[in-house]
Amino acid sequence: MKAIRLVRVGDPSPDLVDALVVPLAEEFGVPCSIDVRRIDPLFAMHPERQQAHSSQLLAEILRDDGGGDHLLGVTSLDLYIPILTFVFGEAQMEGHCAIVSYHRLRQEIYGLPHDGELLESRLVKEAVHELGHTLGLRHCEDWECVMASSHAVEGIDLKGWEFCPACRTIVDQERTVSAL
Amino acid sequence: MKKHWEVLVVDDEPVMRESLAAWLAEDGYTVDTAESGREAVTRAAAKDYAIYFVDLKMPPGLDGIETMMEIRRLHADASVIIMTAYATVDTAITAMKEGAQEYIVKPCNPEEISLLVGRIIKVKNLQRENLILRKKLAKQYSFHDILSKNPKMIEIFDLVREIASLRSTVLIQGGSGTGKELVARAIHFSGDRASKPFVAVSCAALAENLLESELFGHERGAFTGAVERKRGKFEMADGGTLLLDEIGDISPKLQVDLLRVLQERKFFRVGGNEEISVDVRVIAASRVNLQEAVAAGTFRDDLFYRLNVINIHLPSLRERREDIPLLASAFVERLSHELGKAASELSEGALRVLVDHDWPGNVRELENAVERALVTSKGHVLDEDDFAFLRREAGHGNGWAAPDNMSLDEIERQVIMATLNRTAGNVKEAAAALGIDRSTLYDRMKRYGMSRTGVE
Repeated sequence: MKAIRLVRVGDPSPDLVDALVVPLAEEFGVPCSIDVRRIDPLFAMHPERQQAHSSQLLAEILRDDGGGDHLLGVTSLDLYIPILTFVFGEAQMEGHCAIVSYHRLRQEIYGLPHDGELLESRLVKEAVHELGHTLGLRHCEDWECVMASSHAVEGIDLKGWEFCPACRTIVDQERTVSAL
Repeated sequence: MKKHWEVLVVDDEPVMRESLAAWLAEDGYTVDTAESGREAVTRAAAKDYAIYFVDLKMPPGLDGIETMMEIRRLHADASVIIMTAYATVDTAITAMKEGAQEYIVKPCNPEEISLLVGRIIKVKNLQRENLILRKKLAKQYSFHDILSKNPKMIEIFDLVREIASLRSTVLIQGGSGTGKELVARAIHFSGDRASKPFVAVSCAALAENLLESELFGHERGAFTGAVERKRGKFEMADGGTLLLDEIGDISPKLQVDLLRVLQERKFFRVGGNEEISVDVRVIAASRVNLQEAVAAGTFRDDLFYRLNVINIHLPSLRERREDIPLLASAFVERLSHELGKAASELSEGALRVLVDHDWPGNVRELENAVERALVTSKGHVLDEDDFAFLRREAGHGNGWAAPDNMSLDEIERQVIMATLNRTAGNVKEAAAALGIDRSTLYDRMKRYGMSRTGVE
C-alpha cells in the first residue's frame, strides 16, 4: 500500500469523507486523499430492494487501476450482496479496492437521535476494516481488533479502530513490501 | 480456529454463489464453489467439507435435496445448509426431514448466517477435539492392538516387552476370547523376530493325523492324498514364531513329537527320512488349565514344563471391568466404519449395561455384542436398548459363567450358605429350595462346618 484515495459513490456527506482522511493515514501510515472522481451509483441500484449492489460498485471503482494506490469507495447508500440482506462494506480480498457505506451506521436507522461523533467513529472502523481485507486480512478472533467480524452496529461499537498485534504485523509487512 | 475449515457453496446462480463465497472467505474460511449438484457431489467425493451450502432450486438432474442426499451418502455426518429464495413450510420440512442441518431464506441476514456458521463450526471443533483426545487415550492404553489400563494387563505388557527377544517358550493361559493370540502376536512383533513369519495353528481344529502333517509337513506319497511334498507350520515359521493355540487338545502321540522338537529343534516330515532343523520360537496357548490337565494325567508333565518356561495368565474381562468402556468405544469406532453405520458413540446407559454384564466369552463376546448392536442401531448413539439382548441372554442363563479357580465343593458350599441366608437359617425351607432331603443338607452343612446362620 503506497497511498489511499477516497472515491465518492453517489453523494456522501463531505464532512464524513473528510473525517476519514487523517485516521486512515495514521492507521496505515500512508498518505490519504479524496479523489476527484465521483461515481454515479444508479446502474447498481436494485429497483425492489432500494439498495446498491456493492460488488458492481467495486467493479466500477476498479476501472481505475489505482496506479499502486488503494481505492476506498464511500457512500451513504444502503449496500447489499445478493445472498445477504445488507452489508456495511465489501472489499477485494488481497486487491486494492474496497467500498464502505454509512447508511446503517446512523443511529436514526434504529430509531435513535442523530449522533455525529458515533457515526464518524463507526465509519472509520469500517473503513479500516475493509481496507484491512485488501491487505489480505481475514476476520480476527480478537473482539477488540478492528478486523473482528461485526454484522451489527453493537459489534462495531465494541471493537476499537486499531489492529491487534497479529494483524498489525501483517499490515506493517505489507507497507514495507510496498515501499521497496 | 476457522482457517482449517473448508466450505462448499453450491448454487447455479453465479452471483449468489460468488457473493456467498467471497463473504465466507472474508470470515476466514477456505471456500470452494460448485455450479451444479453433480459438480458438488464430485467435489464432496474428493474431500469432506465442514459445511455445505446447497441451493434448493437447481436445474433438473440433481436438485438441492437430491444433492444433499448424495453428499450425505458420501459423508454421513455432513452439515448441509439448504438455501432457498422461495420459502415454503413444505420445502423447509422436506429439507429438515432429509437431514439438512439448517434451512435459510435468501437473502439472509448476515448476523443470522454468521451465528449459524459459528455454531456448526463450534460443534465441529468439539468433535475434532474429542476425536483427537480419544485417539490419544486409545494410544496411551494401547499395546500392539491390545487396549487396557488394568494393572494386571499393564504388567503383562511389561513382561511381553522384556521377553520379546528371548527364544524361550511361552505358555499363555486364559479363558476363551481373552486375547491369547493378540498377546502372542505382541510378543512376536515386539522382538527381534518381528520381520520373520508369525504362524498360528489351532490344535483344536484338526484331527491327530492332519495336525501332525500340518505341523511337520509331509513327503509325497506319505499317505493317501499326499500328492506332493508339503512344508509344515514349523518350517514356515523358521526364524519366526509359531503359535500353537489350544495346545491342551493335542493327542498323547503329538505331545511326544512336540516334546522332541522343543528339545532338539529338529523333526522329520511325515513319511520323510531327512531330519529338518528349524529356529522357531514356540508360543503355546490354552483355555484349559494345563496344570490341572497334568494332574489329571491328560497332558504330559515334561511337555508342560518345556512350554511353561514363561507363563502368562490373561485375566478374564470380568477381572478388568475398567477396560470395558475403552474396549467398547474402540469397537464402536472400528466396526461402525466397517459396517457403514452412523453410530459413533455409546450412551451412559449402554456403558452401564456393558460394564455390569458378566462376559463369559470375554473380549471377543464384547466385540460381537457391539457388532450386533450396531447392525440393528438406527441413531448416532448406541443406547441401553440396543444392548437389550444381553439382558435377555443373561436371563436365560446363557450369561452364567463358572467362577474362576473355584472347586465344585466350594461352589456347593457357597450355594448352601446363600440359600440358608435367604431362608434365615430355616433348614427345611433351604432343603426344599435346593431340592435335597433335610438329612442330606445337614450332612453337607456338617461337612462344610456350617451352622444355620453361617460358618461355625
